[in-house]
Parts: sequence; C-alpha cells; structure tokens
Amino acid sequence: MALDYSQKVMDHFINPRNVGEIENADGIGEAGNPKCGDIMKIYLKVNPDTKIIDDVKFKTFGCASAIASSSMATEMIKGRTVEDAWNLTNSAVAEALDGLPPIKMHCSVLAEEAIHEALNDYRSKHGMEIIPLEHHED
Amino acid sequence: MFVYMDHTATTPTSPEVLKAMMPYFGEMFGNPSSVYSFSRRSRAAIEKARSQVANALNADPAEIFFTGSGTEADNWALKGTLEKALIKGKNHLITTSIEHHAILHTAEYLTKYHGVDVTYLPVDSEGRVSVEDVRNAITDKTALVSVMFANNEVGTIEPVAEIGALCRERKIPFHTDAVQAAAHLNIDVKAMNIDMLSMSAHKMYGPKGVGALYLKKGLRPENFVHGGAQEKGHRASTENIAGIVGFGEAMEILKGRLDEDKAINSARRDKLIAGILERIPHAKLNGATGDLRLPNNINFSFIGVEGETLLLDLDAKGISASTGSACSSESLDPSHVLLSLGLKHEMAHGSLRFTIGRLTTDEQIDYVLDVLPEIVARRRAMSPLWEDYIKGRLQ
Repeated sequence: MALDYSQKVMDHFINPRNVGEIENADGIGEAGNPKCGDIMKIYLKVNPDTKIIDDVKFKTFGCASAIASSSMATEMIKGRTVEDAWNLTNSAVAEALDGLPPIKMHCSVLAEEAIHEALNDYRSKHGMEIIPLEHHED
Repeated sequence: MFVYMDHTATTPTSPEVLKAMMPYFGEMFGNPSSVYSFSRRSRAAIEKARSQVANALNADPAEIFFTGSGTEADNWALKGTLEKALIKGKNHLITTSIEHHAILHTAEYLTKYHGVDVTYLPVDSEGRVSVEDVRNAITDKTALVSVMFANNEVGTIEPVAEIGALCRERKIPFHTDAVQAAAHLNIDVKAMNIDMLSMSAHKMYGPKGVGALYLKKGLRPENFVHGGAQEKGHRASTENIAGIVGFGEAMEILKGRLDEDKAINSARRDKLIAGILERIPHAKLNGATGDLRLPNNINFSFIGVEGETLLLDLDAKGISASTGSACSSESLDPSHVLLSLGLKHEMAHGSLRFTIGRLTTDEQIDYVLDVLPEIVARRRAMSPLWEDYIKGRLQ
C-alpha cells in the first residue's frame, strides 16, 4: 500500500539524525517488539550539573515512520532538561513531522515510550523517583 | 534508472495488445447483444478472444467465461459452487493457508453467511501443499477443493496436476487460482484434471479490468453477477469488448513466447538470488528453488530490517519492488503467506519481493545487486534487532 508521507517524514527517514549508540549512557530505554515490527532504543547522555540532555542517540527497527519518529523525537529532547524532556508527547512528535498517516500514529507513541523508558532508567540510576508509565495499547 | 521489478503486481499492456484493443473503444462500439449486423463484429471479436484464451489452456472456447477480474473469477468459483452444493447438504470447502485474499476472504464470507466449513491446509517451509493433506481432508461433505497454481508472494508452484487427479478420482470439483501461474507456465486443463481456473489479463501484459473463469463442460456454479444473458447467461454485464480482445491477444502472444520467456526469466531470477546470497550476509530466500518456483519471483527476508524501509530506499534509487511487511498493510500482522511458511514475525516484516518480467534487463539485475547490499547494511546499522541478532541474543 502506498503511504503518503510528508516531506519531513521522508527527510528524517532518508537522513535520520542522531543514529547510533552512546557508550556508558546515563539512560537507555527500549519500546516495541519484533512481533509488531517496531523496536526503538534510545540512549541519553545527561550533564550531571545542569541535568540537560547533552547527547541522545537512537537505533530503530521499523518502518519509515518509526525511523522518522525516532529521529525527530531525539532532536526535540536534545538540549532540554530531563524534567522537561518527560513532557514530550507523541502528538508533538507527529506534529513536528507534519503529521503521520493514521495507521502509523503508533510509531510516534513508540518514540514517546522509548524516551520515557530511557528517562526512567536515568532517574533510577540517579536516585530519582521512577515515574509510572502509561502503556499504550496498539 | 527506472527499474520495475513488481511484475506480479501488474504488467504494462503491451503495444500490440493495445493496438488490437483500440478499435473497440471507437468505431467498433456496438453492443454484442444487439441484433443488427454492426454489433455482430463485436460479438465476433469476443468469440475470437475466447478461442485465443481457450487454446492457451487446451480448453474448449465454450468453457471460457470472461469476468471483470481474477478476483471476480475466484469469487464466482467459490460462492457459486458452494451455494449450489449447500442445497445438497455439502458444506465443506478445502483450500490452503497461502491463498490470495480473493480466495481467503471469500472463504471467510462463506463461513460467516452460509455456515461453510473451511479446511485451510498448511504448507511446508517452502510453501508447498501436500497432496496427502488434501486427500485426508476430503469428507463426504466436501463440495470443492481450491488450491492456487502458484503463490503470488513467494512463487511456489503447487502440485496442481496431482491434486487434480485426486479430486477427479474422488469426483470433487477442483478449482485453481492461476492468476500468477498463467503468465509463466504451460497449463493444460485437460491433462491436469482442472475443473475451474481463474485468470487475469493484466498479469500477462493485457489490460486491467478483465479476467476469466474456465469452467469444465458440465460444471455450472450458480451465477455471481446476475442480470442479462451475456456469457451464455452465466455472467451478466455488457461485455468489456476492448478488454476481452486485449486479453485474447495478450494470451496468444504470451503462449507464443512462454518457453523463451521462462528460460530468460529463470536465468535472471537465479542470478539475482545467487547475487543476493553472495553479497548480503544473513539473507534468507523465501520459497522454493528451480522448477518449483515461478521463473520471475525473488523473495528474501533480511533479518534486522523492515520491508517498507527497503522499499522506500529502493524507490529512491528508482527501483520498484514489494514487501510482505505489516507496514504495507492495514493490520499489524505481516504477510499470512510468510507466516504460513513458518517465518518468525520479524523475518516476515523484513521481506522483500522482486518480480521480473519483460521490462527487466541484465543491466537492471546488476544494478539491483549493486545498490541493495548497501541499503540493507545501512538500515541494519541503525537496527537494534540486527544488533541483538549479531550478538546472538536472538535464535
């Protein structure tokens, strides 16, 4: 089936930003599963003094919108504090990509979830309270 | 470079076919059902096409019924046969788990609205149905066996002649969906004991919007399209004359070059398969090899990458291909065919299908072999699944 992706989705799919891993990351989060065809893994490097996300990388198995959502989401949290980054929503990611086809919205949800997992991983490693996650059903 | 490698999805109408069709859009517009001599020419054109199609299958022209598509032919065969059989208390249909949706969704409809009991036979890891399984599934309630001639996704050719012989012996009608096979293989409905066979013109360089159902003499499933007396009262609708003429022409041309095409396609297919296996590590060929595979089908799974991303990357390089990934469908499940072959979900999501044909050249095969390894490697490099696989965390 031909999907009409926005130019932004195609741009982030063809040239994804922040691809890779971070050695000794301060937080690692993963969302999705191979059965559904999407897995997203997010790595965070956080400045210990400012709590600002200095660097973020991702690895994603999934369709074009999953890769584009990961790329966009990492751009959106880079330079923000860990508290602020928590507020990134899937709809904000989708909006920043000029929209996703309705059946692909779960890709943006996955990005939000992976980031929350990574932030919680960071929080638990740094003696902060873990924020309960609302898992979206797809 | 524009590289069209999706001939299984559709083929371009060949120039000779289009030329034969043209008069029937213009000056030869007469309704074949009218009495005057002008419309007789339309009737004659349809009968010529009927003979062309029949000859290619070793059928009698009176056994060929034109439809609006291969899907319609499948719907007609299944619904028409079961509707009549149900009156006689036969409510069992045998088919396979790898059929096209034109069969599977029709079977589901028959279960839902007519209480038909459907047996979906499994296939082996290459996509082959076992004749023994067909034999064992037959009961005294069995009204029809429908097994596709060759699978559209992985190209596996089914033991149609053996199943035909079995069904003939057990006096059970046998239908086969030959929408893909008819474009590549020699089919002899008499020798293969086929009772019903579905075809589509646009898979064989004919136009879209026309198909046919072969019905062995004496077999008359209930009509699917009710109305006028066209097609000897068995398929109502004013005939798509240009489409039918195009179908006949396409079939005759195809028959004349079938063996030559088969040799060329098989050689290119095997070159592409060998090249991919050689250049891309951990590539898995889906389906059978050699004569058990359609000469134009190449289907691979690349662990760690998802099919849609490959399609878009290939598209950026000018290559048109296809996938069985869920991301190309409305559901989250990948191809039912690949799952039936026993592939894990992640492998089914990572499938890629090239189907070659008359538009294919040797240069294009080389070009695909040039660009594909890099595309797969680049997407694998950003895949956590590939990372897990390489580290051996996945079996």
